[in-house]
Amino acid sequence: MIRFLLKGLLRDRSRSLLPFITVMLGSALTVIGFSWTNGAMSSMIESGARFSTGHVKVMSRAYAKEADQAPNDLALAGAGSLLAGLAREYPNLDWTPRIAFGGLIDVPDAQGETRVQGPVAGLAVNLRDPGSPERGLLNLDKAVVRGRLPERPGEILLSDGFAARLGIGPGATATLISATMYGSLVVQNFVVAGTVRFGIAVMDRGAMIADIDDMRGALDMADSAGEILGFFRDSPYRRDEAASLAAGFNSARHGDGGEFAPRMVSLHEQSGLAQTLDFAAQVYSLMLVFFILVMSIVLWNAGLMSSLRRYGEFGIRLALGEDHGRLYRSLIAEGTIVGFLGSAAGTALGLAVSYYLQNTGFDLGSMLKNASVIVTDVLRARVTPASYVIGFVPGLAATFLGKAVSGIGIYRRETSRLAKEFEG
Amino acid sequence: MRHRIPLCLPAVAAIGLAAAVLAAPAQAPDGAAVLRRVDQNMGADNKVTTSEMIIRGRRGSRTVTSKSWIQGRAKSFTEYLDPPRERGTKMLKLEDQLWTYTPASDRTILISGHMLRQSVMGSDLSYEDMMEDQRLVALYDAVVAGEERVGDRPCWVLDLSSRGAEIAYYKRKIWVDQERDVILREARFAKSGKLLKTTDVRNVERMKDRWVSTRVVFKDALKDGEGTEFIVKAMEFNAAIPDHLFTKASLR
Repeated sequence: MIRFLLKGLLRDRSRSLLPFITVMLGSALTVIGFSWTNGAMSSMIESGARFSTGHVKVMSRAYAKEADQAPNDLALAGAGSLLAGLAREYPNLDWTPRIAFGGLIDVPDAQGETRVQGPVAGLAVNLRDPGSPERGLLNLDKAVVRGRLPERPGEILLSDGFAARLGIGPGATATLISATMYGSLVVQNFVVAGTVRFGIAVMDRGAMIADIDDMRGALDMADSAGEILGFFRDSPYRRDEAASLAAGFNSARHGDGGEFAPRMVSLHEQSGLAQTLDFAAQVYSLMLVFFILVMSIVLWNAGLMSSLRRYGEFGIRLALGEDHGRLYRSLIAEGTIVGFLGSAAGTALGLAVSYYLQNTGFDLGSMLKNASVIVTDVLRARVTPASYVIGFVPGLAATFLGKAVSGIGIYRRETSRLAKEFEG
Repeated sequence: MRHRIPLCLPAVAAIGLAAAVLAAPAQAPDGAAVLRRVDQNMGADNKVTTSEMIIRGRRGSRTVTSKSWIQGRAKSFTEYLDPPRERGTKMLKLEDQLWTYTPASDRTILISGHMLRQSVMGSDLSYEDMMEDQRLVALYDAVVAGEERVGDRPCWVLDLSSRGAEIAYYKRKIWVDQERDVILREARFAKSGKLLKTTDVRNVERMKDRWVSTRVVFKDALKDGEGTEFIVKAMEFNAAIPDHLFTKASLR
């Protein structure tokens, strides 16, 4: 039967070419859209996690409420013992303390007077401890543009563009003007060890990376940390596991009173990321439904036209004794074959484009220069096993629907009237 | 009985009117005159003040001690004496520019413009609050809005509005002690009418021929916390301040 249908399809191209091309294009677009969305979301999650949210994050309850403002007056005290406790309790995660801070970088002239100033978004991380995961998380070794990573106390990194705007480079003195944990004025000198470029607009606009011990001294935050980030050691972010980890941690400390008690939040709970990711997933689902609908309509139309053209053929087959159901099923089988072949071709085409976008990426740096979300400038598609099958969903569904709707007309043909039709 | 009520109304109204007249100040003074007396009480060519700020935040309180040399709105010099972390930090304010020097960095940093309205040392006072000795009569038009008691002290309530100068507080409402010509309570507002700061005087002392607020609670209405207590430990009027103190050279 399949052989018979295949022969028909190959010999009568008007029956198969348009549906085939339609399905192929739809499936290809579906695969590309899926891989691209997948890549963009993964990039957002990964860079957001590494630079800001972690897979889970521990903050004081008060800090968590205003986390976007990095309120260091509400930071975690006793960070050392809390960190040790987390490492004991959750050995499958890497834990690392951080302090986010804001302020001004002031560059002195030869007389020590202000030559130039610029606003800075600072991040204090464990830079000098050899066991710290931060160099890998922030990809610091690859990010260095000029100079080197800090090795001695009082050395910092500045984002390369920011340093260029200030007219300084490695070896220059930069003075941080900020506020301590208690609100006092901080005026602290640092030496620029190197400049970095992360390829993330938010970080490259005006960032300062300092060692956390230096900043604890500068900001009067002894044994404190704004936040402690946790990362799954063995694999990427797992949403459900992170959520259950955070829920367990918080319920175990439910009785701990006070606004400075620690609270754990998962990546999805931070900075509206959950809404962003859920929104992206919804957009993608809508896109898929849209493709299926559009292709179904096109294929339905194609089916109707085909039915008109094959009016005589169906009549003869019915007159020869083929029942309506069998004829209808053969039409659907025909559609399924076209759908399968079109989906396969579309998937191959979509995968080829997706692999290209995965390797070369798409530089959206100019569009993201004012972005407040931590996401890499070069977005890439990401091909996963699901990319190989996702194109078959709209391809098969649309051809099935198209044929099923357009083929209904077969049941309107009455065998008793066929002879009259042929006479005419 | 029902007919007697309307007959009594004129009498009741007359009594009420008389009571209102008696309760009102016999003679409300001119607002500018009250303000002049306030300036006269505290006004001097210069002041040298040693003070403590008890800053109460969400994590507890801390005390910052400083000594200030203030000459009107234009010139001011402050040196921080305690705690050890702040010791040796100096600030010089000349007109609308403020230079701050920290011994740890050995840097002199310029702060100007709206930065002067930022908090000093995490307190509820701005640099302008702390480092300016304002003559209110030169900056504000005053209207006496009424009479109230603050604690057991009878006060004039004055509404002040800026004469147009670019100043931090466009409007103020002040409660002035009628006998001592000292401000006992204050509410400071932005041009939009938003409340920015309140002050509440907890202690007034006689210093020579002046009444001086020696314990004032400042509360920044835009932030959490219980406010900052500003305590005057010593105050000298019309002291001999050398000119070189108000130069950048004196910061180091």
